[in-house]
Amino acid sequence: MIGFGPTGWGGLLLVAALMTLCVTAVALLIGAILGSLVAWAKLSGSRILRTIGGTYTTVFRGVPELLIIYLVYFGGSSAVTAIGTAMGYEGFLGLPSFAAGALAVGIISGAYQAEVFRGAYLAIPKGELEAAQAIGMNRSLRFRRIIGPQVFRFAIPGIGNVWQLSLKDSALVSVTGLADLMRTSQVAAGSTRQHFLFFIVGGCLYLILTSFSDRIFTSAEKRANRSMPTSLGQA
Amino acid sequence: MNPTPLNQTGTTMAGTTRLSVRNIRKSFGTHEVLRGISLEARDGDVISLLGASGSGKSTFLRCINLLEIADHGEISVDGELIQMQQRGGKNVPSNRRQVDRIRSELGMVFQSFNLWSHMTILENVIEGPVHVLKRARAECIAEAEALLEKVGIAEKRHAYPAHLSGGQQQRAAIARSLAMKPKVMLFDEPTSALDPELVGEVLRVMRSLAEEGMTMLVVTHEMSFARNVSNRVIFMKSGEIDSDGTPDDLFGQGGSASFRQFIGNFGG
Repeated sequence: MIGFGPTGWGGLLLVAALMTLCVTAVALLIGAILGSLVAWAKLSGSRILRTIGGTYTTVFRGVPELLIIYLVYFGGSSAVTAIGTAMGYEGFLGLPSFAAGALAVGIISGAYQAEVFRGAYLAIPKGELEAAQAIGMNRSLRFRRIIGPQVFRFAIPGIGNVWQLSLKDSALVSVTGLADLMRTSQVAAGSTRQHFLFFIVGGCLYLILTSFSDRIFTSAEKRANRSMPTSLGQA
Repeated sequence: MNPTPLNQTGTTMAGTTRLSVRNIRKSFGTHEVLRGISLEARDGDVISLLGASGSGKSTFLRCINLLEIADHGEISVDGELIQMQQRGGKNVPSNRRQVDRIRSELGMVFQSFNLWSHMTILENVIEGPVHVLKRARAECIAEAEALLEKVGIAEKRHAYPAHLSGGQQQRAAIARSLAMKPKVMLFDEPTSALDPELVGEVLRVMRSLAEEGMTMLVVTHEMSFARNVSNRVIFMKSGEIDSDGTPDDLFGQGGSASFRQFIGNFGG
């Protein structure tokens, strides 16, 4: 039943795992963009921007993920339907569930990533920024050469954490009908009546994804930290 | 020493004013840290700025390359006036590009070294020439290696700052500044964060720079450096210049009563 034959669920489950990975990867990317913008807003000198950034992180970390997914899916769908109606179509038009899911998980992930990036920026020694100014670097050069790489370095452990969260949040996207790992396990369980078996298999696949990505982040962290004092003798 | 080079107008470079600061004032809140400081540094001058902590000497140095913005006063580097304007009741530089360019002509050495921790020593040294001055990388690497040789840490060029001693880091920081071929070097208490046994190696590098004719402004507590290496000593007290003269003069009979009291605390 979990084999790869014409009656087996194995192939579908693997495709579903790939789908989960894709949703999460796109979500992480959307979250990285939103997160860096929000982090920048929260660190800026403008009170208005700081308030906007603060509100974003408070709201999207404080509201259940499932609710955000519903909001994005149904909100997005009614927007699409409204546009459809205006253009002469009739009836309900759904937002593609992949787009809705990636966007929703991305928005949530952005709230967590913003905090990670903000913390990473604050971890850069002030003197190094002064040295960059003193040598004549303009703002964009300072960002590209000094701030960016160091934020990246300090952010890796936190981003690894957010990735893990997003990977699990993506399971909630199954409510929109996207054939991700969660949804496919559910369907397989329902149609074969082997609930326990398929949920165990689904769980194992999630674990493989998370532990595998954990390993990638750990090695990235080690690589980025080769300049840190603790890596003395490891190089 | 090399023969004195000529500039475009044909006059000798010796005696050219490299740095001119006029009537700098700076307050933090209601506390006036600098109360009208003026100073001229000519080519090859090595000026030691002495004073008790809180006398404003570091703030003064930081005003010169605009890490702090003076509330009032004028600064010229190699004859070029830094353009300032009033905005919202505050004095601000009116041309960011000019500020960046002038900063690239002023070397700054910090008390806490401030090497970029994500780059190796060599990368630190070539960073400015390659990315600020946009010079060819290969050429910059060759020059950087020569500079690291000169400050005595060539063998550490592929190490990261965190793996070096304080004295080595400070020498690397000096090399990083020198790689920009600065017109003036500013030193902000370069040996104050070092263990006593590491102070000597940094002072030796600074001394050899002075002997090569580098124009230097040095905020320091090293009386031996002020006395033996610099050709001029300025003693600051509560945001003003209290005494100004040659080391022989000041450490001899010319120093004010407060200067004598100050150096008395150093057992000098």
